[in-house]
Amino acid sequence: MTPVSLTQMGNQKQAEQKWGNVSIDSVRLTDVRKTFNGHEVIKGVSLEVKKGELVVFVGPSGCGKSTLLRLIAGLETPTSGQIDISGRDVTYAHPSKRGVAMVFQSYALYPHMTVFDNIAFALKIQGLPKDEITHKVNAAAETLQLTHLLRRRPKALSGGQRQRVAIGRAIVREPDVFLFDEPLSNLDAALRGQMRVEIARLHTKLNATSVYVTHDQVEAMTLADKIVVLNAGRIEQVGSPLDLYRKPANLFVAGFIGSPRMNTLKARVRDVSADAVKLDLPQTILSVPRQSAEVPQGASVTLGVRPENLHLATEDEDAHLNGYVILIERLGGETFAYVALKDQEGDPLIMKLDGEVSLHNHQAVGLKIDLNRAHLFSEDGQAIGVSPDFAHQTDGSVHV
Amino acid sequence: MASSLNPVDHGWRKHLPLVNAFVRYGLLILVGFLMIYPLLWMIGGAFKNNAEIFSSVGFIPKAPTTDGFINGWKTSTEYSFATYLLNTMKIVVPKVIVTVISSVIVAYGFARFAIPGRKWLFALLMATVLLPKSVLLIPQYLMFREFGWLDTYLPLYAPQAFATEGFFVFMIIQFMRSLPLDMEEAAVMDGCNSFQVLTLIVCPVILPAIISVALFQFMWSMNDFLQPLIYLSSVEKYPVALALKMSIDVTEATSWNEILAMSTIALAPSLILFFVAQKYFVEGVTSGAVKG
Repeated sequence: MTPVSLTQMGNQKQAEQKWGNVSIDSVRLTDVRKTFNGHEVIKGVSLEVKKGELVVFVGPSGCGKSTLLRLIAGLETPTSGQIDISGRDVTYAHPSKRGVAMVFQSYALYPHMTVFDNIAFALKIQGLPKDEITHKVNAAAETLQLTHLLRRRPKALSGGQRQRVAIGRAIVREPDVFLFDEPLSNLDAALRGQMRVEIARLHTKLNATSVYVTHDQVEAMTLADKIVVLNAGRIEQVGSPLDLYRKPANLFVAGFIGSPRMNTLKARVRDVSADAVKLDLPQTILSVPRQSAEVPQGASVTLGVRPENLHLATEDEDAHLNGYVILIERLGGETFAYVALKDQEGDPLIMKLDGEVSLHNHQAVGLKIDLNRAHLFSEDGQAIGVSPDFAHQTDGSVHV
Repeated sequence: MASSLNPVDHGWRKHLPLVNAFVRYGLLILVGFLMIYPLLWMIGGAFKNNAEIFSSVGFIPKAPTTDGFINGWKTSTEYSFATYLLNTMKIVVPKVIVTVISSVIVAYGFARFAIPGRKWLFALLMATVLLPKSVLLIPQYLMFREFGWLDTYLPLYAPQAFATEGFFVFMIIQFMRSLPLDMEEAAVMDGCNSFQVLTLIVCPVILPAIISVALFQFMWSMNDFLQPLIYLSSVEKYPVALALKMSIDVTEATSWNEILAMSTIALAPSLILFFVAQKYFVEGVTSGAVKG
């Protein structure tokens, strides 16, 4: 067992103590591992999903988020570890016996059946009486506004309608857990926004436990009660959307959550005090307010600053950093400015500014950093201390 | 500058699409006619009398007569042509059914299950496609003789129940591989076992492939001459192919109009079936199931 899985096991014990009763978990993964052809894709994942919660798995492609979902669904079986759903060990149970329903990325509708038959299929396989099937299908269709489409075939439906049928096929089974595998990624941007709202509304209405996989962090932030950030088959961090945004546990989560991504600056620790860390940057010396920071003097660290925490310095202010604008993106309501630092290589800093700000390319600018909201990471990418602004905002999320 | 506003003289290029279409369709019609001519000649010949067949080149009979059909149907044997048609169906129908069932099941196994040695088995299957049929004749004959199956229809379709037609299996595998796996996984999540996935989801979706297989097998079996010749010895069990051959050599003066008439009748089932099933070759049933 690797050290990482040990810490995750430890965390699970903590979680058990925290939540006490095990039966409130709808889905529980215990040190789940999956190996494909000798290549370990899931490297010891332990996780609890509480009843009624909408948990989103995010991560870059190839991080194992879809595999993890398929393990919960039963379409794959884990190489080791245990999966419980509603307090029952279902590690090797048939997918249909787990009380889960899945919505696929490609909708996966049956092309030769009408919408009605598509939704009714699972119930027919279960052998329910005809009246009951009709009643349930009609109820599901009504919830999803599909009643007028019941006689159509999938090919006569639009993308959004097909996705609603796919969801209808899931809800008609009244599962304990809904699984969504990137359900919106085949839709165009406008429809995606609309369906996102519909899924959120449906989740509130049905109050069902849901596990949702996406690579789109906007979906993750807007839909999730709890986000699980995955990277290379491991959980990087678990927490509420805002918790992850405010207090990323490491550089990976910091870079992954938030758009545009967090700016990073290399720095060296000059001095550490009880409530601040003094940093040497190529252009300046900054004192970053920080509680319970444990970092040796002279250590090389990364300063992380979100685009909205960078401001233009006014003329009578001392700028923290100096640079010049290399690109301006005007979105109307807001403006993104890309600023290259003077005499420094590396990626430009991205600033989020007001839509009406007057800036032009090649303009020399001074930047102020909102140091109370800055992030600090050690050389191995782990977060150092807590910023005083975010210290008291906690909502019981688990850090791994 | 005014001159630039004058319409440009397009000359003959204006008519190019018309010329193009004329040449293209002209050629297609010509070649198409050449290909279908023997068929037309056969149908025309069936309505001629025996003398006219050899005296005229055209396919439109000068004095149409149905003598060919009437006499041909009676045949020169004690059985009417209906017997031979029925015999053919007794071979072809079971053969098509077992071919389709066995090929679909085996193809599904190859396409979807990670059986140990799958690649090796698949290579073996493809090797049987390349094997000349005549190589198998003697060992198969000896085997079926041991079974006591000679002069029965069993040797003609029983082997097909074991997916021995590698070409069809390959064809269905290719079709199945093009299907999205999601759909089958959705069916599994809905509670289907593998057999239900195959029969309720996969088969309806690959119907065009299944119909193609059935149609090919139907036409090839209708035309098959060698296998019935080897295994069937009593005339009452002869299929159409053997009956037609029989009417050529048993009588000294061959009545070609009768043979042509019976050939026309023998051809009808294949033709009708083909035109009925034609739309399935064109229609892709999967469209709309999955985006992309």
